[in-house]
Order: sequence, then C-alpha cells, then structure tokens
Amino acid sequence: MSDAGRTSEAAVSRAGWWFIAPALLLIGAFFFLPVLASFLLSVTDFDIYAVADPANARFVGLRNYRGLVQNPVFWTALRNTFYFALVGGPLTVAVSLGAALLVNAKAVRLKGLFRTIYFVPFVTTLVAVAIVWRYLYHPQYGLLNYALGFLGIGPIDWLGDPRWAMPAIILMAAWKNFGYNMLIFIAGLQSIPDELYEAADLDGAGPLRRFRHVTLPTLAPTFFFVGVVTMIGYFQLFAEPYVMTSGGPLRSTTSLVLFMYEEGFRWWRMGAAAAIAFVLFLVIFGWTLLQLRVERRMQRP
Amino acid sequence: MRRGGPGRVLLYLALLAGAALALLPMVWMISASLMKPGEAMTYPPKLFPDEVTFEHYRSVFTTLNMRRYLLNSALIAFTATAVSLVVNSMAGYAFAKLRFRGRDGAFRVLGAGLVIPAQVAMLPLFLLMKQLGLVNTYWGVMIPVFASIFGIFLIRQYATAIPDDLLDAARVDGASELRIYRSIVLPVIAPILATLAIWTFLTTWNDFMWPLIVLSDEAKYTLPVALANLSGEHVQDTELMMAGSVVTVVPVLLAFLALQRYYMRGIMAGSVKG
Repeated sequence: MSDAGRTSEAAVSRAGWWFIAPALLLIGAFFFLPVLASFLLSVTDFDIYAVADPANARFVGLRNYRGLVQNPVFWTALRNTFYFALVGGPLTVAVSLGAALLVNAKAVRLKGLFRTIYFVPFVTTLVAVAIVWRYLYHPQYGLLNYALGFLGIGPIDWLGDPRWAMPAIILMAAWKNFGYNMLIFIAGLQSIPDELYEAADLDGAGPLRRFRHVTLPTLAPTFFFVGVVTMIGYFQLFAEPYVMTSGGPLRSTTSLVLFMYEEGFRWWRMGAAAAIAFVLFLVIFGWTLLQLRVERRMQRP
Repeated sequence: MRRGGPGRVLLYLALLAGAALALLPMVWMISASLMKPGEAMTYPPKLFPDEVTFEHYRSVFTTLNMRRYLLNSALIAFTATAVSLVVNSMAGYAFAKLRFRGRDGAFRVLGAGLVIPAQVAMLPLFLLMKQLGLVNTYWGVMIPVFASIFGIFLIRQYATAIPDDLLDAARVDGASELRIYRSIVLPVIAPILATLAIWTFLTTWNDFMWPLIVLSDEAKYTLPVALANLSGEHVQDTELMMAGSVVTVVPVLLAFLALQRYYMRGIMAGSVKG
C-alpha cells in the first residue's frame, strides 16, 4: 500500500503541473511577460519605425517620463482620471448601497425581479449603451434635458460643454455599474444576523440609528471590497469617453487610458505610451495600498 | 418593518422609480429603433413610435453589414468561452485539490496579477501578437482571454469543497488523474462552470479596447468595435444606430437572463470571501 501510495503521490504531483500548465503558459506569455516588457518599452524611443522593425528602438532612459511631466495633456488626463474615479466611485458605491437596501428590505416582495432589473445595465454592452446615452444627452432632443425642463432647469449641453462632459460620463457610469456592487452589498446585508437588529430594537433604536450602529459597521468589510474593486475599474476609464466625446470637448474627458491609446495606437509613440501605462499602474497600485491601509487602521479597535 | 402603512408604499414607489431609471435607456433604445427616420430627434421627445417600422433592422443587416459582425462576435465569444472553461477549470481544480511542489508559490504570483490593470500589458501584447503574426486575426483577439486569473480563483474556491475521499477512492480503483477530472470533478463543479461560462461570454462579447487595437480589417470587427466605428459616420441616423445597439445588446441580455441564477450567485459567492 505504501508503495502504491508513493507512486500515486508522484502521479498526482505530475498531474498537478500538467493541469496548471496551459493556464500558466497563457497567462505568463500573454499577461505577465507583456507587463514586464511594458516597463522596458517605456525607457525606449519605440515609434512607428520600430513597429516596422524593433531594431530601430533605442534606450533613452527616463526621457519618456520627462516628456510626460512636461506635457500639459498628461496632467489634464491625470486630473480627469482622478475626477472620474474620486467623484464617480463614491457616487456609484452610494447608489449601489441604496439599491441594495431597497431591494433587501424585509417588506419587499418580488426581490428577485427587482434585483434582476437593477442588474440589467451592468450586463449590457458598454459601447452600445454609451451610444444610447449620447442621444439621451442631446441638448435639444434628449430625454434628460426634457425631463429637467419640468424642474425648471434650462437645457444643458451635456457632452458639448467642458464643465458638464465629465459629470455626464460619471452619471452614465454610475447607471451602468451600480448593479454589480449592489449584488455584493446584498450578500453582505444577508450575512448580518437578525439578532443584531433585534437587540437594537430592544434598545429602542429607530431605523436611522439601527442603520448607523448595526448595518454600517457590519458592512465595513463589504465596503472596502466594493471600494477597491470600483476604484481599480474606474481608474481604467476608456470606452465611455472614446465613444461619447472622443476625449473632448477641450480635452475635458481625456483619461489616462484614452491618452495612452492615442499616443500608442494612433501616433505609434509606444515608448511614451508605455510610460503612461506605468503611471496608470502606479496610480492603481498606490490607491489600492492606501485603501488597504485605511481598512487596517479602521479595523484596529 | 411593519406590514402595510405609508412606509411600505414609499418603499415600493422608490423601487419602481429605480426600476424605471434602470430600464429607461434600454426601453428608449428599442423604441427609437422602431421609429421612422428622424422621429427620435423631435421636440418634444417621443417615448414610443407613432408607427412601428422594422426598416432599420433591414438596413443594419444589409447596408451596414452587421450580420458579419454578429457572426464575428459570436464566433469569438463562443470559442473563447469553450477554451476558457477547460483551461481554467483544470488549473482551478489542480490548485484546489492536487498537491504538488511549487503550487502555493505559483498561486501567489497569480494573485499578485489581480491588481495589475490589463491595459498595462496591451502595448507589448500588441507587439507580441505582431511578431506571432496574429494581429488582425480572431486568434489575436481570443488568446489573451483563454486563461483568466479571476476564472482560476473562482473554480478553485468552489473545488476546495470536493471531498478528498471521493478522489482517493477513484485513485485506488486505478483511475487516471485525467479520468478523475473528467468523470468526477467536472460533474461536481458544473454549477460554477455555468458561472464561469456566462461571465466569460459576457466579458468577451462586451470587450472593446483589445479588439479595437488588434483588429484592423473591418470584415473582422466585433459588434462593439463596428458599432463605435459606425456611430461616427452615422451620427445623424439615430434610429439606425439604435437598431445597431439593439442587435449588439440583445444577445448578451438573453444569455444573461437564461443563466442569471448562476451569474449572480457567482458574484455574490466570490465577494463573501473578499
């Protein structure tokens, strides 16, 4: 038996590697390798001539990074990306929590139906709904301005006014994405034991105090998870401005990724574009670390 | 909360208002796609067509060539889903249940990859695809989605619950590891495979940036890439563009409605662990 056990252990070990080999090779070759190569690319002057023949690329040190720092479009793109993430992220999380509380309320029937309806925007194709929203935002014929007209709010040139274009994109993104976070909040809400609420009832707590002292603290881990996932996704803003505004007007919706795309794939300045990609990585990595830090500090009693 | 009373009415009003807002853009999209040319751009805006017409769907498939893009999208999404099911389920199961040297190290490296945005890889990935001669091919679009770290994590988490006794009993009976995977593991993890299938299908179908980068020949475009391209030329043809959007969105919507139980359960289960 021990002999057979040893052979089977060896067989399991061999099989283990064979089983993960396809996935590891694919992820290694088509993800990790390019990620590392991206940094190397960012210290070269890789351009359209190098796309034709990589031998034309030369090492240029940090020149691409210096070029970025001196390029006002880079700072605009960085600011726009933070604007989108820092306003859009919390707004989306707030809408998600509101929807989760509504759908999960005890008195509600047809929970499953509402949950599905609220989730539909998330599964739709971003490019298609971005085009739909472009028409909804039409200053003259769009439904949004028509509805706002009833509230006495004058027509807004949503996508044509540099002050309103980013808010318009944020609003659409919140609509598109809240369903995903809502599901996670519902899962979190359902894991709160009823006894906690019953104890709060015995203490005579009203619904607001119950929310503040029972729901919010127990949801804290869910909050951090949702926060991290949403912010990582939002820093990667691309398709919305690409389809709805082409980054305009006056660059007011050019995001880091859109800027990277233009530099890399429209002008074939791939070295410079790789430097933007690296900045994007630093932004996401730094922000995630910051959030984890805050989480740890807040969990300490 | 007490049953009945004004609180309950308010709750339902809020829920219905939310549902209306969630669905309104979709409803308007479908409705405008059925309007006569120019009808969607009138004041006051119309919510429903005076007279239903299907002419835009005809033009979408004839002059705009969307049948081709629909087939491209379907081919890419179905192939990518099928391959990713095999690749990720094998790896996820191995990470969960097979003991081998280097397993935990390899798993940690994969986990680190979760915080790296895919865009960081895209420039060198394009150059790599160019070297391999895969730019402007379906393979070039699909290969990067064949294996996914998220997919491996999803399967692994589910497969950990498979009892070791079940696998050991099969080994004692002389079953090979591949056979155990095929006839014992796969049936047990079927529900999470459905989750992974619907997730991969939706992400691949909806994906925009990578296909936009890697495809240059219009005849190979996927629906989102083609739609973004057409929406520039046909910006005035609202009704036509809405028909194109419906054709793009409806397949994923149907796929989601058919498998929504698995999809939503997967998201909720994945989050509980953090």
